[in-house]
Amino acid sequence: MTLSRPLIIFLTLAIAFLAFFPLIGDEFYQELVIRLMIMGIFAMSLDLLIGFTGLVSFGHAAFFGLSGYLLAIATPETEPVSIWYALPFCLVGTALAALLIGWFSVRTSGIYFIMITLAFAQMFYYFFNENQDLGGSDGIFIYFKPDVSIGTLQLFDLNNGHALYYFVLGGLVLSFVLLYIILKAPFGQVIRGIHANEARTKALGYNTQNYKLVSFVIAGTLAGFAGFLEAVHGGIMSPAHLGWHESGSIMMVVILGGMGTLYGPVLGAFAMGFLQDYFQELWWDHWLLLMGAFVISVVLFLPNGIAGLISKLEKFGQKPK
Amino acid sequence: MDFVTFLIQILNGLQYGFTLFLVASGLTLIFGIMGIINLAHGAFYMIGAYLTFWLFGITDNLAFAIILALPIMIVFGYVVERLAISFLYKRDHLYQVLLTYGLILILNEVQKILWGSDFYSVPVPEILSASIPMGNQEYPVYRLFVSLVCMIVAAGMYVVISKTKLGMMIRAGASNREMTQALGIDIGRVFAIVFSLGAALAGFSGMIDAPLSSVYPGMGDFILIISFVVIVIGGIGSVKGAFVGAMLVGLADTFGKILVPELASMVIYALMALVLLWRPQGLFGRPT
Repeated sequence: MTLSRPLIIFLTLAIAFLAFFPLIGDEFYQELVIRLMIMGIFAMSLDLLIGFTGLVSFGHAAFFGLSGYLLAIATPETEPVSIWYALPFCLVGTALAALLIGWFSVRTSGIYFIMITLAFAQMFYYFFNENQDLGGSDGIFIYFKPDVSIGTLQLFDLNNGHALYYFVLGGLVLSFVLLYIILKAPFGQVIRGIHANEARTKALGYNTQNYKLVSFVIAGTLAGFAGFLEAVHGGIMSPAHLGWHESGSIMMVVILGGMGTLYGPVLGAFAMGFLQDYFQELWWDHWLLLMGAFVISVVLFLPNGIAGLISKLEKFGQKPK
Repeated sequence: MDFVTFLIQILNGLQYGFTLFLVASGLTLIFGIMGIINLAHGAFYMIGAYLTFWLFGITDNLAFAIILALPIMIVFGYVVERLAISFLYKRDHLYQVLLTYGLILILNEVQKILWGSDFYSVPVPEILSASIPMGNQEYPVYRLFVSLVCMIVAAGMYVVISKTKLGMMIRAGASNREMTQALGIDIGRVFAIVFSLGAALAGFSGMIDAPLSSVYPGMGDFILIISFVVIVIGGIGSVKGAFVGAMLVGLADTFGKILVPELASMVIYALMALVLLWRPQGLFGRPT
């Protein structure tokens, strides 16, 4: 995947806008944008699977929610936990879960893969839903945001809205760069080869099973990072965060944005977020009905998402050769 | 566990398995023949249950309610196939998942608009409300009746699929779609029939289940996921596999609740993982 010049300019401007936004936007929108950036990271991680490796995971929310629960477990009831302990704990825990689920799942393909990832995610859902020590179906509060200090020196305070905002923005940019590097590396070439034609990639001598598993673990861990941020930001984790509605809606974000483009899913997260607010304003009681109709329209009329529209516009603007 | 309890649990597990089979068989047929993964299948189960509740309120008779609800389900399945599913035959699974996910959102909201978010119950018909004494415990007749009805439906399905012309077309479509079309069979019509029948089966399962469980929002989501587990275990596309898978899941879930109550809801997923370790394509699935 290569980014065209206008696109690089656009992305730079977008990041610059996000960086200046807290200085002009009010608090409500700042909170909203934090949420959308977290969704953007989550959606990018799923794009690695759906858009690049060709693995349609329908249980991606499991890692998102699991990581949040791990933060809740790591945070004591009376004092904040150090981020140097909490973040690795959440990420390693999520990576291990992804390794386990992935090990079973990548043995299968196509529709089996969809159903198995869904079923495993539901298993996690029921585990947390029924575990009364972790709040059962009500969920669990995370009373303190992690402490970011070196020794006794506090670097910044995540309780401060601006600090959290820039922390999440940094996470978003970092995730994008990280995925971009991974996709540029030989590893990225192989997983795209798997997407295009697995049998041929295998014939070239690559153990495609292992490549798929590694991709699954990377995507799961990154979803865990998003879940960690969500738990820090929201201060509560509930089983709904791991539920299949969450997995479905993040899949929708990826498609709406444009899969296989990396930046598309981030755009998708923003579009979806504003759309959701709009639908809720329009018909609070049954906004999901509008969302359902929208999902169906996107599938029928905009299968390549917003990024697909953008690249069409780009082609339109170019001079015919 | 004494013998009587054991026997009752076996009966419960089988009865649960039978209801699951009605939902899962439609799901597996729709995938096997049409290549469609239909997430909205669970919503059909829910609609069946709500229709029964609504028609029972009007007719005050469970049998009448079901007889009236069945044709509605068939027509409903047909309409959904024409309006939504028929656009998906040539599309990737990903889009099938998304479109049917959108359908669930719509159907769940329509349910809430029509019937609200309350839990409802449908009473067991009087002639079937007795219980059979078993040792020091009792077993409700209605549960036996449900098992019996499901057995009849399963047998009927077997006859239709293996002995009739329609069944021949269905089997041909499942093994080679292009060839079937080349032989002059209108595959689009077969698809529409299979989809409507699948919807009716799921709806019927919801109808006879209504007196046993309450009728509530989201009941379809739950049954959908379990049905996925069933057909992954049995092998996607295989009706025989769906039957064996449904029985295994029904029994595993029932006994899991008694033997390991704190992990009960995870038992069937562990079962699925075990089966996949042994046979990734499911018990009766064709190796890919």
